[in-house]
Amino acid sequence: MSLQIKDLHAKIPDREILKGLTLTIEPGKVHAIMGPNGSGKSTLSKVLCGHEDYEVTGGEVTMDGQNLLELSVDARARAGLFLAFQYPHEIPGVTNANFIRAAKKARLPEGEDIDAIAFYRQLYARMDQLEMDRSFTSRSVNEGFSGGEKKRNEILQLMMLEPRYAVLDETDSGLDIDALKICARGVNAMRSEDRGFLVITHYQRLLDYIKPDIVHVMMEGRIVMTGGPELALELEAKGYDWIQPEALAAAA
Amino acid sequence: MSERQEHLDEAASIADIKIDSVGDFTFPERNKFDSGYGLSEKTIDYICDVKGDPDWIREFRKKALKVFDEKPMPTHWATKDLENIKFDEFRYYLSDGQKPKKSWDDVPEDVKKTFDRLGIPEQERKFLAGVEAQYDSEAAYSNIKAAVSEQGVIFVNSTEGLHKHPEIFKKWFGKVIPTGDNKFSALNSAVFSGGSFIYVPPGVKVKHPLQAYFRINSEQFGQFERTLIIADEGSEVMYMEGCTAPKFDTATLHSAVVELVALKGAKIQYVTVQNWSSNVFNLVTKRGIAMEDAVVKWIDCNIGSRLTMKYPGVVMKGERARGEVISIALANNGQHQDTGAKMVHAANNTTSNVISKSISIGQGRSTYRGLVHIPKHLKGCKNNTECDALLINSNSRTDTYPAISVRGNDHATQHEASVSQVSAEQIFYLMQRGLSEAEAMSLSVNGFINDLAKEFPMEYSVELKRLIDLEMEGSVG
Repeated sequence: MSLQIKDLHAKIPDREILKGLTLTIEPGKVHAIMGPNGSGKSTLSKVLCGHEDYEVTGGEVTMDGQNLLELSVDARARAGLFLAFQYPHEIPGVTNANFIRAAKKARLPEGEDIDAIAFYRQLYARMDQLEMDRSFTSRSVNEGFSGGEKKRNEILQLMMLEPRYAVLDETDSGLDIDALKICARGVNAMRSEDRGFLVITHYQRLLDYIKPDIVHVMMEGRIVMTGGPELALELEAKGYDWIQPEALAAAA
Repeated sequence: MSERQEHLDEAASIADIKIDSVGDFTFPERNKFDSGYGLSEKTIDYICDVKGDPDWIREFRKKALKVFDEKPMPTHWATKDLENIKFDEFRYYLSDGQKPKKSWDDVPEDVKKTFDRLGIPEQERKFLAGVEAQYDSEAAYSNIKAAVSEQGVIFVNSTEGLHKHPEIFKKWFGKVIPTGDNKFSALNSAVFSGGSFIYVPPGVKVKHPLQAYFRINSEQFGQFERTLIIADEGSEVMYMEGCTAPKFDTATLHSAVVELVALKGAKIQYVTVQNWSSNVFNLVTKRGIAMEDAVVKWIDCNIGSRLTMKYPGVVMKGERARGEVISIALANNGQHQDTGAKMVHAANNTTSNVISKSISIGQGRSTYRGLVHIPKHLKGCKNNTECDALLINSNSRTDTYPAISVRGNDHATQHEASVSQVSAEQIFYLMQRGLSEAEAMSLSVNGFINDLAKEFPMEYSVELKRLIDLEMEGSVG
């Protein structure tokens, strides 16, 4: 049981971005992917979720044995894949509470509804963990939210939807240190034997708070190096340049 | 089981299979009176004879027919699709010849099943002060709660109104919307049948809404209800109407005239939730007069139809009168919603407010036409107009034609318009949370109209949400 990505190739109309990416995420583990800008990190997260801008040209992705690439965006999500967006979208007029409720309801069999009291009890408990004001339930999704509030809202959704695999796309970007700690606290509270994480980040800083089990370096659409948490520190100290020549050659 | 009963049960089960939207089912016709295809003086005589109309109405209808024949189609500014209406291919009057029933138990079985299915009797029990249910040309059911009629409130169909209450009826009938207002008001004036006549005595505040439901059952038919509501001094009433029709291969015509009169200090709220099938030409004229300190408010929700042209208006005749139009229009593939508002300020210190939201999906097309008129000799008039359009996918089209004519300089008007898109990224975000594409679009649309949906009575805003969900399901391949 795992999220397995094998030799994945994906392109936008005029350019290949993922060029044979292989990665396996087991439940219970936190994997981090680091890499310079333009290495394809965000593309990977969108391709996993089925974004229509990207065409998969080769390779396979299975989630607990199920062929993910055959499923629609929403079916992947309901099967247990969650993406915390780097730039969460605003949805005017739809309250946060109604949005999360609709998402939870979409996971129930047709005709069933969620228990409102239990829902709000869970929602408030999660919001307290993230130090979110109760007024967020009745505000339109992400509308007028600060960058930090949007990211916290992504983690709130993660906590409410309890996915099997969660991909965090640059959750640390635009966060001050206090907000970063709060988001990390939420993520850490969700770590469990049944849940795998893929944390995409540009900076080591996030990994001080969400401690990864395994760290990968991504460059030019591939994983070029894999190591323990110490690899992240090394990257922080030395940058990416030292990896380039031999690793790229090896991965190609 | 009787043969008739079996026949009806069979019809009901066939209709069950055919259903793909709320109102898309039909029962076999069993009309005792059928005016036949086409429109002439003979048609009018036929209708007058069946209805037992007084001579002045027969004359009124015949004059209107002349006006209708002489008036050209307004295609110089409106859509050319109007030219596709084949007036000779419609029937202008259909009824089973029965009087409206006061109890649902007495209503013919197929009619009862129709309204049962649309949830009408249930709604009545829950929260309505009175209900009228029209089936093709005539009301099949009409009832007002005893407590409300004891206050002197009259709520009957238009024929009964003009027969039994001529002194009030005649005073206002055709006065708010003259026959020659436009080609379709003339058509309605010639062949009108059904619709409501309501009179609320001075000072009476009708607590719960009165509701009418207009159902078209027959093919190649035109429904021409005529509604007249008079709220006497200081009274208040809310009227709600719903409409549906089955989807036929041929066109159906619906052309109503609605006149509202709010006397000094009175308040009328008129709520419409129409859900026409996509073969209906819906060409409706609606206008209210608001006297001193009176309020006329139109809350108008247009879903479905092939073409809707409807611009509810308020003429503010008395000082401090207020007119409002709150409208939501949803144009799906192959549909054109041409809607708007007319606000005519005719006294000092009058206020009008127009909020219009339109949604265009696929090839659907929405047009807003607004008219605000404030003449030079008046003082202290205010108008606020907001029109927002939401486009779902790039084929959609939306146009805004506001005409604001304000003379004099002691007035305040403001106009805001916006166009927004439900972007692919927004849908992706929602779908990544597990919502289907249709659910994602529904949620986005409901968000867009959220602030207006609050203006609807609770039961109707729930209905509105359900209709939007159904439309979105249908629009996703």
